[in-house]
Amino acid sequence: MLEFAVITAIKSLVVITVLLMACAWSTYLERKLVAFFQTRIGPAVAGPYGLLQPIADMFKLLFKEDIVPGQAHKTIYLLAPLLAFIPAVIPIAVVPFGDTITLFGREIDLVISDFNLGILLVFAITSLGVYGLMMAGWASNSKYSLLGGLRSAAQMISYEIGLGLSVIGVLLLGGTVSLVEIVEQQDSILNWFVIRQPVGFLLYIVCAIAETNRIPFDLPEAEAELVAGYHTEYSSMRFGLFFVGEYANMLTVSAIATTLFFGGWQGPFLPPIVWFCIKVFAFMFFYIWLRASLPRLRYDQLMKFGWYVIIPLALANILVTAAIALL
Amino acid sequence: MELAIFLISALVAIAAAFLVVIQRNPIAAVMYLVTAFVAQAVLFIQLNAAFIAVLQIIVYAGAIMVLFLFVIMLLNLRREEYGKDIRLKFKPIVVALGIVLLVEAVVAIQAASMSAHGDGSLPEMFGSIQSVGKLLFTDYLYPFELTSVLLLVAVLGAVVMAKRKL
Repeated sequence: MLEFAVITAIKSLVVITVLLMACAWSTYLERKLVAFFQTRIGPAVAGPYGLLQPIADMFKLLFKEDIVPGQAHKTIYLLAPLLAFIPAVIPIAVVPFGDTITLFGREIDLVISDFNLGILLVFAITSLGVYGLMMAGWASNSKYSLLGGLRSAAQMISYEIGLGLSVIGVLLLGGTVSLVEIVEQQDSILNWFVIRQPVGFLLYIVCAIAETNRIPFDLPEAEAELVAGYHTEYSSMRFGLFFVGEYANMLTVSAIATTLFFGGWQGPFLPPIVWFCIKVFAFMFFYIWLRASLPRLRYDQLMKFGWYVIIPLALANILVTAAIALL
Repeated sequence: MELAIFLISALVAIAAAFLVVIQRNPIAAVMYLVTAFVAQAVLFIQLNAAFIAVLQIIVYAGAIMVLFLFVIMLLNLRREEYGKDIRLKFKPIVVALGIVLLVEAVVAIQAASMSAHGDGSLPEMFGSIQSVGKLLFTDYLYPFELTSVLLLVAVLGAVVMAKRKL
């Protein structure tokens, strides 16, 4: 019991540290890649190739003044960044990032918790993430923030349905909701669920981008209309937390897409962890590529697309998949 | 360990539920209700019903309460619009109803603890998705289908109410 607790604690610590570092350097990756797409240089001053830029950013944010607007609801205003950040980090606990390894004579599963309802837990926790954005928007007592918060709520409610439905095809074919078992089933590239569930994957990736408020679905923080949306009034590290939360969300969504559709840690020659990281990195690259390429949708287009296209398609996908699984 | 987790989550659930009732600010009340739901989910996990716990969070905390918040934020109540404190006026009725509920709860708990039997062991696969699904589609098929029809009617009703001009 004690040994189990200690091992889990160590695993959590390592994974969360790595995740936070990955978040920090994702900002660097994004700036560098967007610069590349726009034929600029990007951050280049702090350290070689500007590699220490995230550290410089962090110190800058930490030493800035933490401003609370006069009419804000103080408690909720101060709590909102945490409410946005924590649900973004927790889902990584059920994502398997490697096979069992033997370390100091102990068998260690490379997943924090092999919870048998893995994917459902992920949906449960990510569905709580919207509170952070809504509370931030409401508590700031500013019209831009409130509109940003309302938009994020409407968007997340709409696309969460699509996100949940898009995955059901995988669960039907796999016959399980445990992420560890889903990875084990995708032992060769032909068994990857992206091949057996192409429509499901496309729906998942579209909904995931909408859920993480990224371009082309970043209406909650549309600069041209809403200043910065729900985090307009925030400054200092509280603003930083929203940012880290957004990147953590992107990483989690990428990790789950890898696990569900791209065979997770499975792959030849290289060690499992390396394969997992490569696949997640590829998704992050795709995210940033989209950001550099696509314009933002209009708000009514976004909602129509969610309700008129995504949800019916996802339902049709479930129907067809279920019929095939039965035969 | 288990007792500690139970005590913490039970206390959080009760305190949060209490705060929902005495909060004047509707947004804060919703947040306390979400807290209560999450604490309840922990209790469900301790009862070996992880599936119910996850559903509790997805359905109540993740969907219904977000809609509540959405509506409250759209109403955009100001402090003076929360309304006069009507609690004092109805105090005797409220207290009477509260006592009735309390007595009912005590009786129900006693009845449940009397009828509880067995050594506390659970059937295999208890609370798993498979067993819940199987029960829903065999023993409880009739109520399950009735509920889905009811929900469909509610959805149609909402559409008709909202889109009168269609």
